[in-house]
Amino acid sequence: MKKPTVLTLSAMLMLTAAPLFAADLKIGLAEDPDILDPDQSRTFVGRIVYASLCDKLVDITPDLEIIPMLATEWSWSEDNLTLTMKLRDDVTFQDGTPFDAEAVAYNINRSQTLEESRRKSEVASITGTNVVDPTTIEISVAQPDATLMAQFADRAGMMVSPTAAEAAGVDFGNAPVCAGPYSFTERVQQDRIVLTKFAEYYNADAYSFDTVTFLPIVDTTVRLANLRAGDVDMIERLAATDVASVSADDGLTMEQATSLGYQGLTVNVANGDKAQNPFGQDKLVRQALSLSIDREAVNQVVFEGAFAAGNQPWPPTSPWYNKDLPIPARDIEAAKAKLAEAGVESPTVEIQVSTDPVAQQVTQVIQAMAAEAGITVNVVAKEFATQLSQQTAGDYEISQIGWSGRVDPDGNIHQFVTCEGGINDAKYCNLEVDQLLNDARATNDTAARKALYDQATAILDEDLPLIYVYHQNWIWAMDAGVTGFAAYPDGMIRLAGVSKAE
Amino acid sequence: MLRFIGHRLLIAIPTILLISVFVFLLQKLLPGDPVLALAGEDRNPEMLAFLREKYHLNDPIYVQYFNWIWNALQGDLGISLRTNQPVTTLIAQKLPVTIQLAVMALFFAVIIGIPAGILSAYKKGTWIDWVANIVALSGLSIPNFWLGIMMILLVSVNLGWLPASGYQPFTDDPLQSLKTMMMPAFVLGTGLAATLMRHTRSAMLGVLQSDYVRTARAKGLGERSVVVKHALRNALVPVVTVVTLLFGELLAGAVLTEQIFTIPGFGKLVVDAVFNRDYAVVQGIVLCTAIAFILMNILSDALYRVLNPKMSDQ
Repeated sequence: MKKPTVLTLSAMLMLTAAPLFAADLKIGLAEDPDILDPDQSRTFVGRIVYASLCDKLVDITPDLEIIPMLATEWSWSEDNLTLTMKLRDDVTFQDGTPFDAEAVAYNINRSQTLEESRRKSEVASITGTNVVDPTTIEISVAQPDATLMAQFADRAGMMVSPTAAEAAGVDFGNAPVCAGPYSFTERVQQDRIVLTKFAEYYNADAYSFDTVTFLPIVDTTVRLANLRAGDVDMIERLAATDVASVSADDGLTMEQATSLGYQGLTVNVANGDKAQNPFGQDKLVRQALSLSIDREAVNQVVFEGAFAAGNQPWPPTSPWYNKDLPIPARDIEAAKAKLAEAGVESPTVEIQVSTDPVAQQVTQVIQAMAAEAGITVNVVAKEFATQLSQQTAGDYEISQIGWSGRVDPDGNIHQFVTCEGGINDAKYCNLEVDQLLNDARATNDTAARKALYDQATAILDEDLPLIYVYHQNWIWAMDAGVTGFAAYPDGMIRLAGVSKAE
Repeated sequence: MLRFIGHRLLIAIPTILLISVFVFLLQKLLPGDPVLALAGEDRNPEMLAFLREKYHLNDPIYVQYFNWIWNALQGDLGISLRTNQPVTTLIAQKLPVTIQLAVMALFFAVIIGIPAGILSAYKKGTWIDWVANIVALSGLSIPNFWLGIMMILLVSVNLGWLPASGYQPFTDDPLQSLKTMMMPAFVLGTGLAATLMRHTRSAMLGVLQSDYVRTARAKGLGERSVVVKHALRNALVPVVTVVTLLFGELLAGAVLTEQIFTIPGFGKLVVDAVFNRDYAVVQGIVLCTAIAFILMNILSDALYRVLNPKMSDQ
């Protein structure tokens, strides 16, 4: 009788010694996502959910290179007007519908024609699709479009099941069906979104959780408290001011990546009567304001150094950063000289900012810095929706606002500073800049594009319709048992290779 | 009694209509374009024009109002601009959550507030009265959100007794549901308990000095019987009024508490809706709240009559 007992015991010991993988991963989000339809949605947190739910045609590396996902290879025709893509042949949607070139054509058409589609502008250059065979599709564009591949690396490239989309129509987002590693199970508004592992996923072995639960927890302190209490395994957007305390906690780990976006001041240069002030009319005055700001100090004071100082539409870590224009050092004397040259020694300006306490703190620091150069800044806090509508209407002098960023540089600059740009609230218009940015869209040669963007940023750095100040860092905190997580500058949570030990 | 309730319900109809007009207009006065709030970062002009058309925001205000009230009468409160879900579905989803929170908070408020009020009135001027007053005063002065965060840090993070936030429907798992709601209900209840204690105390003080209580004592009744049977019953009439009014405060307080404890209830829904200029949701919620409030008032008037049958003649 002794022998089996020993055997049983050792078997039990082995069981406890082997790492046990937990079935569920709980992720605390900073907001509640909007509608879960890749063609209709617009929130950042929605994209975090899609990273587990909906595979895209292509993905990015942490260095922003485009890599295969549902498409295995692609090439542009000689004239850059036709994109040919080869597709994986082992993919099915979560409802069993096969993924093929027809499905891709359906998705592109849906992004372009669904009335509620938010992707229209992203795929506007596409004039048609041609299904060559089930794994080959040709996409033709009206004019060369260098941004298209990057669009396919985001929501415009997310493939939804044609069967499900046809059946649900505009309500597809209530029960989305895609081709990702996890399928949609349930959603309770403002409470949770639950995804379950999709067994037939082509790369299912890379995903170790049976279910993934997303919990929107808006308050940063409470989000962190939930992580500490073990109620969630991972949180996104840890507050910069909590970085020190999380680093000191042995039970938690942290990952960071500088975001693709920017934060700064948009100056009203030609958007209605409010542009009639020294800051709107004279670039020297804007240069003076920019020179008065110590960007690194803003980062240190408000974010305890956890973010990155900046002076361009993309962060210094980006391959698109113009190295000839390093972050300017603060220079009060030079700022005063600029003001003297412009003939306004003590100008006054109103900066509007959202009611978010951190954003207000940034403006107050800028206010104090500008004061030393003789610039009087009046800070006016406005609730975000109000700030946005006044900014669009031109009812502002300077607005402190940011942009979450796009993989392709075009997404961070074109619509903000071209004469007809959709979000050009400054109403800045410079035909030379328009030409450069349009040319940069039309070539697929990365080096040539970089040269064009360098020229454009040089002009913008002189004209300063936007004064870039800093770049947010995505900061994820997680239980020390969670391993294998890789930080990406797009702020997404990719669960391939992530596991959790109990 | 039935006639009384019927009469009150009839009066309620114009009140509710008036509230609906008021809310509708007030909302239109809010700065900030709902379409811009909805479009978010990608706010290009074509999208804005399309959304404006889709949600009939180009129609004159009175047309918008009549469309809305006409649909509301048929039980359709519109759809959320943000998530495309029907407002009635959202309300049906959130209302039970907030009712559970409110009931549990009222429970805490009543079991703490009323006994403390009785005791401090009965032991007026003694140390018990002092302690009860100090506790009540702190309950009133400590902000909910601060107490909430402190409780989370203490009870969930340090002691690990209760979940830090989240919500479990009562029907799914009653025990877990009570556990998740315990802290928020307590936080919400403490502030109310303090108000309740102050009111019970002053009502009791008044009643304890009245002639009939002296008579009851003179008859040789036991103190327990005098206080509970004779004094408390009459002192409860103003307290019931306060509890009804507190219900409104509860809904207001729930906004903050739900935010802190991430409870997917009415309060959180309305705050998010206001910030997103989700008009349909705000209107739907205010309408429902107004109706609930009016019903609570009718209920409390009916309760007076149960507590004090003499009032039935009035």
